[in-house]
Amino acid sequence: MEQGAARGRFRNSEAANGLALVSPTAIYAILLLAAPLAAVVLYSLMVDSKVGLSSGLTFDNYLKVWTGRIDQALMIRSLTVSSVVTLVTVLLAYPVAYFVSFHVKPERKSMWIFLITIPFWTSYLIRVFLWKVILGYNGVINSGLMSLGIIGEPLTIINYSLGSMIMTLAHAYAAFAILPIFVSLEKIDRSLLEAGQDLGESKLMTFIRVTLPLSMPGVIAAVLIVFIPTIGDYVTPELIGGGKLPMIANRIEAIMLKQNDKALGSAIAVTAMLIVTVVSVVFLLLNRRFLRGQSK
Amino acid sequence: MRKNPSLRIYALAYLAFLYAPIVLLPLFAFNDSRVIAFPLQGFTTNWFAEMWADKTLFIAFRNSLTIAVSAAVFSTILGIFAARASTRYKFPGKPGILGLIMLPMVLPEMIVSMALLVVLIAIGVPLSLFTIILGHVLICTPFAVAILTSAFQSLDRSLEEAAYDLGETPASTFRLIILPLVMPGIISSLLISFTISLDEFIIAYFLGGNQTVLSVYIFGQFRFPAKVPAVMALGTILVCISIVLLTIAEYFRRRGIAKSGGKDTGGFL
Amino acid sequence: MTTTEKPNMIEFRDVHKYYGDYHALRGINATIKAGEFFSLLGPSGCGKTTLLRTIAGFEDISSGAVLIDDKKMDDVPANKRPTNMVFQSYAIFPHLTVEENVGFGLRRDPRSKDEKAKAVAEALEMVGLKGYGKRAAHALSGGQRQRVALARALILKPKVLLLDEPLSALDKKIREQMQVELIKLQREVGITFVLVTHDQEEALVMSDRIAVMFEGQIAQLADPETLYRRPNSRKVANFIGTMNFLPAEVLSEGAGGIEVEAQGFGRMTLSTDQVMAGEAGQGAVVGFRPETLTILYDSQTATDREVMGTIEEVVYFGDMTYYDVKLDGTTEALRISMRNVFGRPVLEIGTRARVAWSPGALVMFR
Repeated sequence: MEQGAARGRFRNSEAANGLALVSPTAIYAILLLAAPLAAVVLYSLMVDSKVGLSSGLTFDNYLKVWTGRIDQALMIRSLTVSSVVTLVTVLLAYPVAYFVSFHVKPERKSMWIFLITIPFWTSYLIRVFLWKVILGYNGVINSGLMSLGIIGEPLTIINYSLGSMIMTLAHAYAAFAILPIFVSLEKIDRSLLEAGQDLGESKLMTFIRVTLPLSMPGVIAAVLIVFIPTIGDYVTPELIGGGKLPMIANRIEAIMLKQNDKALGSAIAVTAMLIVTVVSVVFLLLNRRFLRGQSK
Repeated sequence: MRKNPSLRIYALAYLAFLYAPIVLLPLFAFNDSRVIAFPLQGFTTNWFAEMWADKTLFIAFRNSLTIAVSAAVFSTILGIFAARASTRYKFPGKPGILGLIMLPMVLPEMIVSMALLVVLIAIGVPLSLFTIILGHVLICTPFAVAILTSAFQSLDRSLEEAAYDLGETPASTFRLIILPLVMPGIISSLLISFTISLDEFIIAYFLGGNQTVLSVYIFGQFRFPAKVPAVMALGTILVCISIVLLTIAEYFRRRGIAKSGGKDTGGFL
Repeated sequence: MTTTEKPNMIEFRDVHKYYGDYHALRGINATIKAGEFFSLLGPSGCGKTTLLRTIAGFEDISSGAVLIDDKKMDDVPANKRPTNMVFQSYAIFPHLTVEENVGFGLRRDPRSKDEKAKAVAEALEMVGLKGYGKRAAHALSGGQRQRVALARALILKPKVLLLDEPLSALDKKIREQMQVELIKLQREVGITFVLVTHDQEEALVMSDRIAVMFEGQIAQLADPETLYRRPNSRKVANFIGTMNFLPAEVLSEGAGGIEVEAQGFGRMTLSTDQVMAGEAGQGAVVGFRPETLTILYDSQTATDREVMGTIEEVVYFGDMTYYDVKLDGTTEALRISMRNVFGRPVLEIGTRARVAWSPGALVMFR
C-alpha cells in the first residue's frame, strides 16, 4: 500500500499484501508443524535400529503396526473408547444445548454458556485427577457410600476400568460438544418451527422433522471436536486407567521414547492421523449430505 | 414458548455434573486429613501452607508463567497477522495456509509434541523452556486466530476506508481505528492463550527436558498419595485464577461486541 | 439549467474496470460540473458504486482516466484526493464521540485546538446536531449517524462530496426529510455532490443531472425532466417510473415529423425528438406514462384526442387510483393513473371509458 505506486496498486497488491501479512504465521506453522509432520511421515518409512535410521524406504513399520496383535487391540480400544465417549457426550449435550437455545431468555444465554465453559478452562490434569479421586478404590464415591452405610466394602467396578475412562473423558469434553450444537440451534429461524406446527405437525414431530435435521451440522462438528482429542488422549489412560489400559498416545510415547524406535513410533502416529482423517472425512461427507438434503 | 420443567432440571443436573469434581477441590483442600475420603475431618489450612513451602512448586510456577506469557504474546501477534490477512485480503493458497495454521486444533497433542521432539532432537536443539514455548505458540495460535478473526470480521470495512478517505495513511488507520476496535479481541486472545499454555501438559512434559513447569509438577505429585491434599490446595487456587481470567476475558469480549454494536451470540469458540 | 457554463469538476475518460474476467465498468465517458448535484442511478450490480469508488480512489481503474478538477487521479491515493465520502453504512467510528468523529480528518490540520473545536461545532450545527458533540457515536440513531457522517466529510471542505446510497438505511419518513435537507445543504455549501442510488424517485427529487447506468455503461445522462419525459430507451423508461407500450408502425418520414400508426391510438405525427432507438429484435412501439392519459367523465371533453376503452382492473391508493384499461383494438390493458378528486367516484371494473390522450406525450422506440 505504498503511496504513489502506479495503477493497479490496490488490485495487484491485494494478493501480495495478503501473503506478506500471513507469512509470519504461515512460516511458523510450516517450520514447526508441516516440516515436523513431514519428518514423522519420512521416519515411518525407515527402519530404526541401534546404528540409526536406515536410508531405504519400506512399509515394514506399517505392516508391523497394522498386523501386530498389541497394536491392533490398542487401536480398537482407542477407537472404542473415543467412539463411546463421543456418543455419550453428544447425546448428553444435545438437550442442554437445546435448552439453552430454546428455553433460556436471550439476555441470559451468554451467562449459561459462560457457566458451561468455565469448568472446561480449569486445569485439565486436575479435573482428570479429581475423577481418579472420585472413582478410586478408596475414592470419594466408595468412602462416601461406605460412611453412609449403603455399601459394606469398596466397589471395584468403578476404578481403573474403561468405564471410568469414558466417564472422565465425557466430562472433560462436555463443553466442546455443547457449544457447536448450541451455535447451530441458534441459527435456526424460529419461524420454521412455527411453520412446522402450522402445517399440522406436533411439537415432537416438528423437532424430528425440522429442528434435528437443521442442527445436524452442529452435531457433526461436536462429534469431530470430541472424537479427535479423545482418541489422542494421554492423561486419562495414564491416570484413570492406571497405565493398564493404554491408548494410542500412550503407545506412541512408549515406542518412541521408552523403546526408542522412532520409525515404528512414527508409523503409529501416522496411523493415528489416518484414523482421525478417515473418521473426519466420513463425518464431513455426512454433513455435506445433510446440507444437500436440506437444500432440496 | 411453554416452559419445559424436565428439560430445565436436566440442564441444571448437567451443570451440577460439570461442576461436581471441581467442588471437591476446596472441600478436600481445607479437609484435615491426608486421605481424600469421606467423612470430612474438619477444617485446616495446612495444605496451603505445605504447598506454599514447596520450592519446586515455585520454580515450576515461575517457569509456567514465563512460558504462558511468552506463548500468549507470540501467539496473539501471529494470530493478528493471520486473522487480519484472512479477513481483509484474498491471496492464493488461502484455504491451505489457514488450514495448516489451524491444524493443531484438530491434531492430537501427542502427535504434535512427538513430531516436534524428533525434529528438535534431529537438529540438535536442546530441550528447555524455549522449546516448550515453541510448541505452545503452535497450539495457542489457532485459538488466537479464531478469536481475532471474529474481532476483525465484526469491523466494518468502510470504517477503514472512511479513515483513509479523511486523510489518514494505512498505518495510522491501523493505529487509530483498527487497533482500538479489535483491542477487546486481542485481550481475550492473550488471556485464553495464557490459560491454554498454563494448563497444557503433554508438550510441556515431552519438550521441557529437565525443566519443570506447573502441569508437569502436578502430574508428578499424583504419584505420591501423601502429596494429594497439597495438590488439592494448588488446584483450588488455579481454579480461582482461571475463573478470574475467564471473567475478564468474557468482560472484554462483551465490551467488544457492545462497541461494534453487534449482537451477543455467547461463547468463546 | 445553466450547468454548461460551469467548469468541469470530474471527468471520466473511457473508464474500464475489470475484476478478473468480470467487466464492471465498460467505457464510461462523462463529465460532472462544479457545484452540481449529480446522481448515479441504476439497479444493483450496474457499476454505479464502483464508479463512485473510482472517484474516491478506493478502486483502481483498468484503463482510461478519472480527472478531478482537471488533474489526473491515477497516482493519487484516496487519502490525498480532494474528495470525501459518506458511506452507505455511515462508517461512524464506534469508539469515538460525535465530536471526535467529526474532527477526525482535522488531525493533520495545522490550526490550533480551539479553532478546530470551533470548526467541529460549526459543522455539527450545519447538520442540525448542535450540542451532540460529547455523545458516544454508537448511541446515535440512523438519521443522526447520517448527519455525523455528513459533518465529518464536509468539515474538510472537499471539492467533491461522494454519497454512497446514504439514505437507503433510513425509514421512509426520515429519508424524505433528509432528501430535502441534503438539497438545501448542497446549495448552501456549493460543493459538487455525487450521489449513488438505486431509488429512481430519490434521484429525480435531488439531482441536477442523473446518469442512468446498466451493466457497467451509462445508458442516459440527462436532467430529471428529460430523463422522465424523453427516456432514450425502453430500459431507461422502465427503470424510471412506469411506462405503457403499444405496438406501432412507421408510415412515412418527412421533414415535419414521422407519420406513425399505433395500435389503439390510430394515426399520428410525432416530432423527431420524440423518437428514440429501440432494442434490436423488438418491433417499434409507442410509450406513454400512466398520468399522461386521462379518463373523461360525462361532461368532460378531450383537449386533443380521445379513444374508447374498457376498465379491467381498479387499484385504489387513496390520493390516486390506477386503472388498467384495454383500449378498443388493443390486446393488452394499459395502466392509467388518475388523481382522486372530491366528489368524483372511483370507477368500477367493466365500465366503458373515454380516454383523452395527446401525441405530444408519447415517445416512440424503433
